[in-house]
Amino acid sequence: MDVLGILSSTASFILDPTTMAYALAGLGLAIHFGFAGLLNMGMAGFMAIGAYGYAIGILTFGLPWYLAAFVGIIGSVIFALILGIPTLRLRGDYLAIVTIAAAEIIRLFLLTSAFIDVTGSADGLSGFNGPGGTVTNPIPGAGGFNNSNPIPDGEYGFEPFLDDERTWYLRIVGGIILAVSVFAVYRLVNSPWGRVIKGIREDEEAVRSLGKNVFAYKMQALVIGGVFGALGGLMLALSTNVNSGVYVTSLTFFLWTALLLGGAATVFGPLVGSVIFWVLQAFLGLLFPALSKAGLLPFDSIQAAQVRFILIGVALVLLVVFRPQGIFGNKKELTFVK
Amino acid sequence: MSSNGTSDSPVKSTGLHVGEIKPGVAKKDPILIADGVRRQFGGLTAVDVAHVEIPRHAITALIGPNGAGKTTFFNLLTGFDTPNEGTWSFNGKSLAGVPAFRVARMGLIRTFQLTKALGLLTVMDNMKLGSTQQKGEKLWASVFPFLWKKKDEEIEVQALDLLTRFKLDAKKDDYAASLSGGQRKLLEMARALMTKPELVMLDEPMAGVNPALTQSLLDHILNLKKEGMTVLFVEHDMHMVRHIADWVIVMAEGKVVAEGDPHEVMKNPAVIDAYLGSHQDVDLGAVTGRITLPKMGKEK
Repeated sequence: MDVLGILSSTASFILDPTTMAYALAGLGLAIHFGFAGLLNMGMAGFMAIGAYGYAIGILTFGLPWYLAAFVGIIGSVIFALILGIPTLRLRGDYLAIVTIAAAEIIRLFLLTSAFIDVTGSADGLSGFNGPGGTVTNPIPGAGGFNNSNPIPDGEYGFEPFLDDERTWYLRIVGGIILAVSVFAVYRLVNSPWGRVIKGIREDEEAVRSLGKNVFAYKMQALVIGGVFGALGGLMLALSTNVNSGVYVTSLTFFLWTALLLGGAATVFGPLVGSVIFWVLQAFLGLLFPALSKAGLLPFDSIQAAQVRFILIGVALVLLVVFRPQGIFGNKKELTFVK
Repeated sequence: MSSNGTSDSPVKSTGLHVGEIKPGVAKKDPILIADGVRRQFGGLTAVDVAHVEIPRHAITALIGPNGAGKTTFFNLLTGFDTPNEGTWSFNGKSLAGVPAFRVARMGLIRTFQLTKALGLLTVMDNMKLGSTQQKGEKLWASVFPFLWKKKDEEIEVQALDLLTRFKLDAKKDDYAASLSGGQRKLLEMARALMTKPELVMLDEPMAGVNPALTQSLLDHILNLKKEGMTVLFVEHDMHMVRHIADWVIVMAEGKVVAEGDPHEVMKNPAVIDAYLGSHQDVDLGAVTGRITLPKMGKEK
């Protein structure tokens, strides 16, 4: 069993773009659920819009990468408005039902072959990070994220973070987006605006009786959280191809696990939660097959890799029951039972 | 005039009405007027107020048996619920179709029968939430602390002053969930005052409050009047109503059945029947005239 190899591969996930994507989307969920009390069960839909908006912006509309990123963000704002207008006046649980259904609608819409020219159907979209579209569909000036990399070619860093210039560029761009986002959310939730949405989380009527437009605040929170979800999707799209098979409901639940792990009503919780989640997930995903190969587990290595998802489910249950506030949270401020 | 005759009995406002005292009597200076306000829940008519006026700069008590529609009437007046028909206005401005938050911003603030202190916020944050002057509550301004920091400090001074008056200043950094039931009532009232209201509507401010705290709550309510505010409150404690109310409105089965000076109104047979209870065995409908009871044997 290659213990060092497993640990090294695991450690690389600390700076992985996927981890950053989770942290961004988790930050969005923290605003939704942790601070405003909105049960969004469809974060995968927001991420899909961010990722596909970016890819379609490049491949269909021929936009440069930085403008295409805004297509995804604007798409998520519109999605949030469409979700929010009918549901935010209703009780919180309805939003959960509507968001989970809406995220599935988005995914199936992207999967159907009716729009294959735009969405790529089951194959998804690829080649949008290079210059000028794909080989079969060259668009001069479109995309070009990879070419905007100012870092000279070569390998940088040290093990386990020894990577080429593109990976480092991604990490730097992702790190900047994440840092700005965390700072913005920190400012938001520690402001009078944050005070109002924390009040709404607990009792809408009380806040309404004090002269606050509760509906507008909830809508603002839904939109802002949705934008962070789209940024998470964008981060995934910058690092790899987009495929509707990624934006499934279980992605939403992984995000929830990461969020609750770190602490739902905290700013740094989603960040740390995502890192722990991905590191653990990667570690177990490597450990179990290795144990299986060594004959220590009663199933084959492919089966063994799936065991981690069972453990994630168990972890989520234990977390909610025994430490609902997460690692960073204040138990007095956030518990599931009042 | 006061039957309890204590030396510290509050100064009552008199001469609030115009003409003969009857349900729906006109007031000299009404702050709130409701006309033909009706609210039905399916087949049940919860509120059916033909006409009522709330006098300005006075303390008005709204009393009546459980299920009389007092809280529903509160909800209708403050925009938390919408009547099926009727008009109602505050300071001469119609409130029809005005959402609850805007009603609050107009200066008509209410508290709740089941206290709505925000337990997961600190006492100070609860208070600050009451201010309607904070620009930092706008999304774009909120990320730039220099736009709202100064105002927040002013609000904190105002909040601390109110908390001191309500003897909650020592608790300002505690989560409101750690307060006792009575303290939460105080906090809710103090928070409502942060909005600098003209009319304060208190829904059962004394429910579940011990006698010592009741006394201080009473003083607070009397102080509101001294400061020029108008108070409308729902209460079941008749001693309290007699003690501080300048005017009493009695509701039963959704209707206003009597109005008047607290001592006079409690001698009113309709009030005794509907609420204070000399004929507990008589159907309320008979008292309000909604139904006619068949002749009983004892009446022959």
